[in-house]
Amino acid sequence: MKYQTQKIAFAYFGVAMALFAVQVTLGLVLGWIYVDGNFLSGLLPFNIARMLHTNSLIVWLLLGFFGAAYYLLPEESEREIHSPTLAYLQLAIFVLGTAGVVLTYMFNLFEGNWLLGKEGREFIEQPKWVKAGIVVAALIFLYNVSMTVLKGRKTAITNILLLGLWGLALLFLFSFYNPSNLALDKMYWWYIVHLWVEGTWELVMASILAFLMLKLTGVDREVVEKWLYVIVAAALFSGILGTGHHYYWIGTPGYWQWIGSIFSSLEVVPFFAMMAFAFIMVWKGRRDHPNKAALLWSLGCATLAFFGAGVWGFLHTLHGVNYYSHGTQITAAHGHLAFYGAYVCLNLAIISYAMPILKGRDPYNQVLNMASFWLMSAGVVFMTFTLTFAGTVQTHLQRVNGEAFMDVQDQLWIFYAMRFGSGIAVVLGAVLFIYAVFVPRKEIIEPGPVGHAAE
Amino acid sequence: MSEAASPFDELPGDLMIWVLIVSELLVFGAGLAAFLAVRLTDPVGFAEAQDHLHRTGAGINTIVLVTSGWLAALGAQATETGRIGRARACLAAAAALGLVFLAVKWVEYVDKAAQGIGVETHPFFTFYYLITGFHAAHVAAGVIVLALVAARAHPREVEAGAAFWHMVDLVWILVFPVIYLLR
Repeated sequence: MKYQTQKIAFAYFGVAMALFAVQVTLGLVLGWIYVDGNFLSGLLPFNIARMLHTNSLIVWLLLGFFGAAYYLLPEESEREIHSPTLAYLQLAIFVLGTAGVVLTYMFNLFEGNWLLGKEGREFIEQPKWVKAGIVVAALIFLYNVSMTVLKGRKTAITNILLLGLWGLALLFLFSFYNPSNLALDKMYWWYIVHLWVEGTWELVMASILAFLMLKLTGVDREVVEKWLYVIVAAALFSGILGTGHHYYWIGTPGYWQWIGSIFSSLEVVPFFAMMAFAFIMVWKGRRDHPNKAALLWSLGCATLAFFGAGVWGFLHTLHGVNYYSHGTQITAAHGHLAFYGAYVCLNLAIISYAMPILKGRDPYNQVLNMASFWLMSAGVVFMTFTLTFAGTVQTHLQRVNGEAFMDVQDQLWIFYAMRFGSGIAVVLGAVLFIYAVFVPRKEIIEPGPVGHAAE
Repeated sequence: MSEAASPFDELPGDLMIWVLIVSELLVFGAGLAAFLAVRLTDPVGFAEAQDHLHRTGAGINTIVLVTSGWLAALGAQATETGRIGRARACLAAAAALGLVFLAVKWVEYVDKAAQGIGVETHPFFTFYYLITGFHAAHVAAGVIVLALVAARAHPREVEAGAAFWHMVDLVWILVFPVIYLLR
């Protein structure tokens, strides 16, 4: 660790991992509710568990991004983080807000209260006081990282990372605007949900991946930066108007069907470019970095993001297909593999890279960590297949044959049972990862040769 | 590292402008392909709708835009040989013809509106407005780009601006026959 303030990342990664555990555990509970519909129906209804599952996912991914920023910015801009105190204050606000959200959701406290009650908008259900807290924390974060970068060296990686993080924070402001017209509500709602994961988050992803490639493969910065700019251009070009693929059936004008279909078809391009980038960098790289786990997660991230976000997204993005498939398990299949591949793997990659350094165990191979990659990824991929088959059957029975929703759900039972099995693998993989990252183990390995590998 | 020369290194101009050009061609190409596919479902309706278009106006616009592209190329050439005054004159003329294109287009849109034709009137017009509207937005952006690169008259920038303008030109040459002429 070159800079003392990189230590801030440790606290962020720690909280992120705790929420990761909560998220996958709730996923397992939800998986069982699909198998036995009455499971916990009095104690933890399906909709509440789902809110906790999705909200904890988003919050831990964000905390991972913040941690990654605090870790890589000092190295990139060659100076300490502007204010460590503010960084810890920001984390404290997030923890407080998260605790408030969990309690408010579970016990439905202050129902209907303007400030304290949950808002009932999928994914942005948070009570207003929590939303305000998120904005305050985001402002603290942006101030802190921007000051760090402004005073230090500016690189393509810091520029793109800051662009992504600023965009992410500004777009969240739309969560305060809640028009009574449901079509308008949904239209603005996607400004957050879509323009996060298919816009600003992709910038964060590309820059963190670029940082990892730079460190792990030793390829020239100039080459990495060229790729980074191309990826980011492709992401924004396709992703922004790609929002149209959410405007097919919500009451927005019909021309969105063509705008959405055409632009979102191209959304596969940046993900393909990221996969090509990662593999070409490793192939060209001269460095045999000892941290094989971080490399595995990075390559896994780029590959599974291409399939989950790119291929599974394209499967149902054309409006002619989406007319039949929207809102079925096809969406769930895409959602799981896309989030896992693009953002979960990305966070676990930077955590796998940074943790041995933060804990002073470098160089460190992390064999257990690699085992967790295969267990968790196999679980999510199997889950994706079961849900894709479930969605295909569901689309036919429900949308083509016109059978009732719950009748169809009964017929999908076998897929849900298999999905629950894959969920167990994912939870075990997550537990193994957290154990491998936090619990010190004696594993001495020789650092590989640097700078004179096969030409 | 013994690096083999990448084919990208031989591209004239900046790599990013080519990324943009290829992306734009993919979008317009997909739009025209979708137009042709939907046209198969209703050839008679599409032919009737097409008769409401100004073929002459679009033909004039084709000549305007091609001439403008030629002027932009002359401007780029003049910048490289250091004749800044000539370069600025050529680029300004190219941008002015871009404005002429937009004026003709505007007359066309106003006429459609007067006939009560809108985006939702017929699938033909949905594509007509989307594709030509999106193209016109690029012409407007191109006029601004040409003005900016002419002001600074830096060879690399003028080359990138002219490349963008040629892309706008090329797209129109694809749009014009497919939407206005194809029977």
